Amino acid sequence: MIVTKQKELDYLLKSIANKPVFIIGCSECATLCHTGGEEEVVAMKKILEEKDIKVTGWVILEPACHLQNNKRILRGYKEEIKDADKILVLACGNGVQAVSEVLEDKDVISGTDTLFLGEIKHLGDFERRCDLCGDCIQDLFFGLCPIARCPKHMLNGPCGGSRNGKCEVYHDMDCVWDLIIKKMQRRGELDRLKRIRMAKDWSKSNEMQVVL
Amino acid sequence: MKYKSNLERVLVENNFAVTAEVGPPKGADADKVRVKGEILKGYADAFNVTDNQTAVVRLSSLAGSVILLNMGLEPIMQVACRDRNRIAIQSDVLGAASLGIRNILFITGDHQSFGNHPGAKGVYDLDSIQLIKVVKDMRDNGVFQSGDKIVAGKPDVFIGGVANPFAEPYEFRVDRLEMKINAGVDFIQTQSVFNLERFNIWMDEVRGRGLDKRVHILAGVTPLKSLKMTERMKFHVPGVDVPDDVYFRMKKAEDPQIEGFKIALELIDEIKKIKGVHGVHITALFWEEVIPRLVKESNFLPRP
Ligand code: SF4
Ligand code: SF4
Repeated sequence: MIVTKQKELDYLLKSIANKPVFIIGCSECATLCHTGGEEEVVAMKKILEEKDIKVTGWVILEPACHLQNNKRILRGYKEEIKDADKILVLACGNGVQAVSEVLEDKDVISGTDTLFLGEIKHLGDFERRCDLCGDCIQDLFFGLCPIARCPKHMLNGPCGGSRNGKCEVYHDMDCVWDLIIKKMQRRGELDRLKRIRMAKDWSKSNEMQVVL
Repeated sequence: MKYKSNLERVLVENNFAVTAEVGPPKGADADKVRVKGEILKGYADAFNVTDNQTAVVRLSSLAGSVILLNMGLEPIMQVACRDRNRIAIQSDVLGAASLGIRNILFITGDHQSFGNHPGAKGVYDLDSIQLIKVVKDMRDNGVFQSGDKIVAGKPDVFIGGVANPFAEPYEFRVDRLEMKINAGVDFIQTQSVFNLERFNIWMDEVRGRGLDKRVHILAGVTPLKSLKMTERMKFHVPGVDVPDDVYFRMKKAEDPQIEGFKIALELIDEIKKIKGVHGVHITALFWEEVIPRLVKESNFLPRP
């Protein structure tokens, strides 16, 4: 899932600059993250109205990254959108652009920061799992990704800084290399890790367009 | 006035400057740089040493610059944003200044997918405009990008950048130059000029905004060596504009080398007349030996 975090209200107010706003949410990731579901969109409306900002309407796209769907749904909100100067999008960075592609002549404001592709540990607790590197090498690491989960992207073992299984950079995060090693130890296959892994091919992380 | 570099002196004293490019070798042999330095010595005011140009691994621009420096040539060290983050680049700027390098030119750099290590991870922590501002702050205000103070010696360097009058969208080209000037660039070398008409349109606007008074502009000149090279530049190198008449001249030429030289001479002649252009920057890829003749026949000798 694409994990997002709502931007600080002060930042949003500055971007909105007291102009009338139409608010857009997303039915998928942003709903699960509680950053842009119906609940959050309605709450945002209330907050803005308390600041005397006119909210002309709102909608939840299904999901916001679906360009053709956006065109269809937004057609039903012509008047509300016409009355708004600013479009506040509570979705991931992709959702924001899929909206701006439809609403050419509006100021589109991204209401969230898009952080990473990660999993939900508990409610409101997310962990980074994938950096979209385009060339997945998790098979070498038994289903654990040292690109996304190690701040140094170490591919040949731990850096030497972890303590009690935690990463030296983020103390409340597990050192992924500690996890990889413990896992192989449990399976009695630690030897498999000894092969040197050569420089990674990053060229596919530059992939800009894919048609399947 | 105390000048940071010979290049700055030449430009500030209102001479028409000449710079030339020295591409470092694909290997550790310093003599390869020295041989080029010997050929070019006395024919330009300063010499660009490229930084892994076209994303092909070569001897580093810092090392190449020091080799030239030791021969009595003034280097312009190039630094690309592609391979280093702000920590490494600021460190290299300090290192270069400590070794006596007085001109550094900053570019964003060709994407790694065009070079011989397409699997490399691109860095692009800063872009060229941001980097120019960072180095200007290091030099003039004695602070690193983080705001931390430089405690032992500011890098007193003449800051260079590039501009491409031929890149699309044209509407923003002069704006971008202005941004570079506002960021703190001291001199600009342009993309090689083949299309004089477009170059003049760009220069008209540069002068119209008074930008030629705020930065030293050196027009790029590249003598075409062969039809193959002409075709590569016309059809394959992004951002280069080789107009049809130049292309057909090269195509019809009995001896493309002679024709290429002639075209370069004519271009320099025209460029000299353009108000607001303060010099030429000659790039002759793998054909450095042509530069002395080109400089001589353009009446650029002796150098000031
Ligand atoms: S190896 Fe690459 S694609 Fe696979 S999980 Fe890690 S970052 Fe994602
Ligand atoms: S402690 Fe572990 S996860 Fe953190 S940087 Fe070092 S190897 Fe990577």
